[in-house]
Amino acid sequence: MMPTNRIGHLARRNRSTPPETVVELDNVTRHFGTKRALDQVTFHIPAGSVVGLVGENGAGKTTLIKHIMGLLKAQSGRVRVFGLDPVADPVGVLSRIGYLSEEPDLPGWMRIDELLRYMAAFYPGWDHTYADRLRREFGLEPQARVKDLSKGQRARAGLTVALAYRPELLVLDEPSSGLDPIVRRDILSAIIRTIADEGRTVLFSSHLLAEVERVSDRVAMIRSGQILFCDALDRIKASHTRIVLTFAEPLANPPALGGVLRWDGNGREWTAICAGSPHRLQRAAEDLGARVLEQSPLLLDEIFIAYSGIKGQVGCGED
Amino acid sequence: MQIHISEADRVPIYLQIVNQIKYLIASGQLTTGEELPPIRVLAEKLLVNPNTIVRAYRELEQAGVVVKRRTSGTYVSDAGSRLARRDRLKILAQRIDALLAEARQMNVALDEVMELIRERDEIMHAHQVED
Repeated sequence: MMPTNRIGHLARRNRSTPPETVVELDNVTRHFGTKRALDQVTFHIPAGSVVGLVGENGAGKTTLIKHIMGLLKAQSGRVRVFGLDPVADPVGVLSRIGYLSEEPDLPGWMRIDELLRYMAAFYPGWDHTYADRLRREFGLEPQARVKDLSKGQRARAGLTVALAYRPELLVLDEPSSGLDPIVRRDILSAIIRTIADEGRTVLFSSHLLAEVERVSDRVAMIRSGQILFCDALDRIKASHTRIVLTFAEPLANPPALGGVLRWDGNGREWTAICAGSPHRLQRAAEDLGARVLEQSPLLLDEIFIAYSGIKGQVGCGED
Repeated sequence: MQIHISEADRVPIYLQIVNQIKYLIASGQLTTGEELPPIRVLAEKLLVNPNTIVRAYRELEQAGVVVKRRTSGTYVSDAGSRLARRDRLKILAQRIDALLAEARQMNVALDEVMELIRERDEIMHAHQVED
């Protein structure tokens, strides 16, 4: 007999069908005036995964999310969510997505109990028991007016609405931005419960890389409207290394070595953040008379910084 | 079961969990036959992806530290304590390697390092006695 899996729905889904793709963006390009906000973006989200979308402000995170939500129409390329075109079939798509943005757009004049009744009317799958449980867990008073809520409570109200119809896809656009650690904890907890309970799919954008590292299966990094990489977090971590080198003589500039994304240091000691196999870099450095002092994996935050560094430093360190 | 995930630690999260569970067993805070928390309970408590817990438990199972039972629970194995004690020494060895590398970098001889360790130990011991 097979042991019962604690998150059995995931195993069941994997056994019966190959992992389907919930979101597909293929070669999506979008201009705002002369600015290219998305540039040939190809981005897929497999069912049951938690995808962290990271990038600097203005990199295109929100624009990408708006295409998934059907709020923007792709100028070129193709967008499919659950196999549907979100612009042509907004009801078919949006009824299956739970969405929370940095500034949840909730009617300010409504009371919490009215808000929940009002939202329930839109969604056939609304779970009143679950909505009420979340409301109580989040300490939201039924009589409180939305406009009187603190930023944190407003986020919790938005999260309650986004979760209560148990959407197949949860989309969170910078949900933690400007919130205190306790509310951020609630949001992370909701993400984890969403996948652990139901095996649903989550896309969330954030610039809190430590949070992304905690909860994501996959990470996509976007820069100047282009997807730099989109892969399993484990693979991203395994393919980047930090190497501390000591050279025989002090160097004014770091040496030109392939695979290095970023150099830090001065004199004899230099730290390289590199992509790909660290062995090649190690050998190349040793050929230059350097000794490896330390080699370690990297935090996602450090990888992110290495890629978002000054343009001239990205690539092979030609300078 | 107290596990703390450090966001500043470059050690991958699943490995932090593996190491800390090994510590808990080595230090006797988790004993043979004791059940580890279910995957989703620990995932929600630590606020990490459930797959990370799955991976940590799998790693512990492969190391023989825990066993999975038919009823789906994960338990500390008989061999767990013994193995964990060895791992503890391995973790200490890694710290010592880092210390030795730094000492070499600073041109401090091994004898001096050993002397310093004894000295620090005496100071630490004296403080504990005061407490």
